Amino acid sequence: MWDRDQMAARAAKELEDGMYVNLGIGIPTLVSNYIPEGINVTLQSENGMLGMGPFPLEGEEDSDLINAGKQTITELPQTAYFDSATSFGMIRGGKIAMAILGAMEVAENGDLANWMIPGKLVKGMGGAMDLVSGVGRVIVVMDHTNKYGESKLLKECTLPLTGKSVVDRIITNLGVLDVVSGGLKIIECADGISEQEIRSSTEAKIVN
Amino acid sequence: MQKVYGTAGEALKGLLFDGMFIASGGFGLCGIPEILLQAIKDAGTKNLTFASNNAGVDDFGIGILLESRQVKKMISSYVGENAEFMRQYLSGELELEFNPQGTLAERMRSAGCGIPGFYTKTGVGTIIADGKEHKDFNGETYILEESLFADLSIIKAWKADETGNLIFRKTARNFNPPAAMCGKVCVVEVEEIVPTGSLDPDLIHLPGIYVHRIIQGEHEKRIEQRTTRPAA
Repeated sequence: MWDRDQMAARAAKELEDGMYVNLGIGIPTLVSNYIPEGINVTLQSENGMLGMGPFPLEGEEDSDLINAGKQTITELPQTAYFDSATSFGMIRGGKIAMAILGAMEVAENGDLANWMIPGKLVKGMGGAMDLVSGVGRVIVVMDHTNKYGESKLLKECTLPLTGKSVVDRIITNLGVLDVVSGGLKIIECADGISEQEIRSSTEAKIVN
Repeated sequence: MQKVYGTAGEALKGLLFDGMFIASGGFGLCGIPEILLQAIKDAGTKNLTFASNNAGVDDFGIGILLESRQVKKMISSYVGENAEFMRQYLSGELELEFNPQGTLAERMRSAGCGIPGFYTKTGVGTIIADGKEHKDFNGETYILEESLFADLSIIKAWKADETGNLIFRKTARNFNPPAAMCGKVCVVEVEEIVPTGSLDPDLIHLPGIYVHRIIQGEHEKRIEQRTTRPAA
């Protein structure tokens, strides 16, 4: 089974040289720690920045320089800034090659739910709906099951959707699955996990 | 025409009325028009509708207008950081319209460009699409989103010249240009007003045509999530 860092490291293998990529909050943020040698990717922060650098050293925080999670960050030599309409223009326009983001539920047809639990506090979708419908490829990184041991890979999402048929690949603590015609296909098993264990933890239809 | 005003109260004089619709720049607490928001609080204008990506925190940004019950409705993409907001929303005192973030930005920008609506794939198949016109282009389905025409825009920039040409700083630009464009009148607060001619015309981020009134002031520029890395 993979831990959070191993899931992030596996997700980093999806990156290709020259890509412009948007990383979500949580495990996806860790992906930037595992970018393979020789692969140069430019990270987009949807509040208006390409070329996002690491967190600043203490004392060097700049209140005018934050990421989409409102954390202080730094710039790089290739950094460019722009306004929110331009930022989502490049997202909606398909210029961002990939988004890696977390999820509450994914369905076997690629439906994604990650913004709202009815009856609980509702915080909003932020840029998630724009990202999943706009970028080239959507990679979900999440635990395979919830805290009750129930599959988060479902036949149909039970929560309100963030996007319809938008997910391309799912990386969980148990392995890697692709959304293909007719269901999910197991691409890879995590260390010490068998295909049978993935199948028994998955409600969604798994196709060969 | 004189665009520079001495105080936020003077700059807003004659522009505020109960029930009005205000577009505000800013993302989180970054690049928010904190001085103008305080002046609107002081003016006591009521039943406001705000288009703003976020709703501030309890004691800063739009949060101060929620505290004083001046806001009737928010049009936002994310409001997670504000306990008073949640309390008023859950008790039914406050209306909330969630917009996907890019849809919100484009609804502002397009209004400023004279475009009353646009089609987008964002939100198709979700509750955001409920009740909206659907139309297919090249085999894909899009929904119609209508532009946001505001009575007033309030924004924050780094520097202005006396004609209202603006320069923003780093990610504090965010929603400020689109918010500036969508209002009948735009008031900007800046950290520094510089003499006309001292900004490089090739490096203006927002031309002064969108800016009607300017004030200079001291900004707290609060940090919401101070995050650092250890020294190597």
